[in-house]
Amino acid sequence: MSARISREALAARIAADIPEGSYVNLGIGAPTLVADFLPEGQEIILHTENGLLGMGPAPIPDLIDPDLINAGKQPVTALAGAAYFHHADSFGMMRGGHLDICVLGAFQVSERGDLANWSTGAPGAIPAVGGAMDLAIGAKRVFVMTDLLTKTGEPKLVEHCTYPLTGVGCVTRVYTDHAVFDVTSDGFAVREAFGDNTVESLAKLTGLRLTNRGSRD
Amino acid sequence: MIDKTVPDAASAVAGIPDGSTVMIGGFGRAGEPVELIDALIAQGAQELTIVNNNAGSGDSGLAALLAHGRVRKVICSFPRQHDSWVFDGLYREGKIELELVPQGNLAERIRAAGAGIGGFFTPTGVGTQLAAGKEERVIDGRTFVLEYPIKADYALVSGWRADRWGNVVYRKTSRNFGPVMAAAATTTVVQVDDIVPLGSLDPEAVVTAGIFVDRIVEVGDRAWLAGGRFAGGTDVEGRPRTEVTR
Repeated sequence: MSARISREALAARIAADIPEGSYVNLGIGAPTLVADFLPEGQEIILHTENGLLGMGPAPIPDLIDPDLINAGKQPVTALAGAAYFHHADSFGMMRGGHLDICVLGAFQVSERGDLANWSTGAPGAIPAVGGAMDLAIGAKRVFVMTDLLTKTGEPKLVEHCTYPLTGVGCVTRVYTDHAVFDVTSDGFAVREAFGDNTVESLAKLTGLRLTNRGSRD
Repeated sequence: MIDKTVPDAASAVAGIPDGSTVMIGGFGRAGEPVELIDALIAQGAQELTIVNNNAGSGDSGLAALLAHGRVRKVICSFPRQHDSWVFDGLYREGKIELELVPQGNLAERIRAAGAGIGGFFTPTGVGTQLAAGKEERVIDGRTFVLEYPIKADYALVSGWRADRWGNVVYRKTSRNFGPVMAAAATTTVVQVDDIVPLGSLDPEAVVTAGIFVDRIVEVGDRAWLAGGRFAGGTDVEGRPRTEVTR
């Protein structure tokens, strides 16, 4: 029951859905893994919120340049054709709908596409939002990359988010370790189930009414 | 003759009064004007409101300013970092006020101040806690929230090169908030590695035009450059890379 795919396999699955020529932001954390699986030889332009289009992979240690970092403040490189710009322009690229795709992590996604990924609202926690809210509402398509269940087994796909929202009705598609779900006007539709997962088994795991979209487009 | 250069970092931050709002450029360590911050610590201004993307990391730079108890309030998007222990401690003890702003709204509010905009409607944050109580408007069927500009008395910015008129170019992603902050403050102070002769910056490549800049101070090559060229030898935070095996 409920076979799962690895985080790397999931990153590869997401990468396969990113068309050549796309402008893409991979946020911070797990979604940045997607970069490792983008097909060789295709031109997909990565955006990082701190002012770079055409971001390349991490440098070898001798070439670490503290002036060249990504949103997670890790060292990166700039590919031929890269461009630097200031923060207001960078977030204009998001808010203005210029990015084709962003991939974000999530605490919860609701069946109307609400995203909660910046705060668990735990008392005493220091709040920090960064660029999450801008990315969530800005990109043309917002992909979420997440485990389907929390470590304690609760579904992250929910009817209504109980954690503080990052954005309302903003998520296009959710890639989980069990299945890929599209957000539709009719709630979550299972686009692709991994291993022995089925619409029925996923509905049982999440407690949600799911429809079957199958693999299309 | 216009000459905005000052001889040292102490002169660059001279006269910043207690209670000022000070924008400090940088995204993490990239573009953090460390020499100006150190000079501000030595200068002694207190009760400051600081505008930065973060709230300091480690024990140097902005974190040191906080540790010296000079900051009343921080306006930022992302205070929490793996090494933000100085801010974390002050916040938990109730010794510092925090205004949390989504990063793009922060950048645009700063930009708006410099551009003379009285406020703007943004889709970012709509329906979230960070827009609670703010005026909303539906425009073309989409809901937006009203945000106001953030102005500052001073901006401390780190550029790469400048001329005596205050034209500035930046280096890679250390540009980040520098250009919008430079425009949003009454007095803008820029530290650069190198002050170059007037006419040697390509006018097509100038990022911050001198009209936005009041004081320029030369602080020498950053640790990973030599003679303006990349030399490496540091970790991503600019510390000498000694323990790392090459």
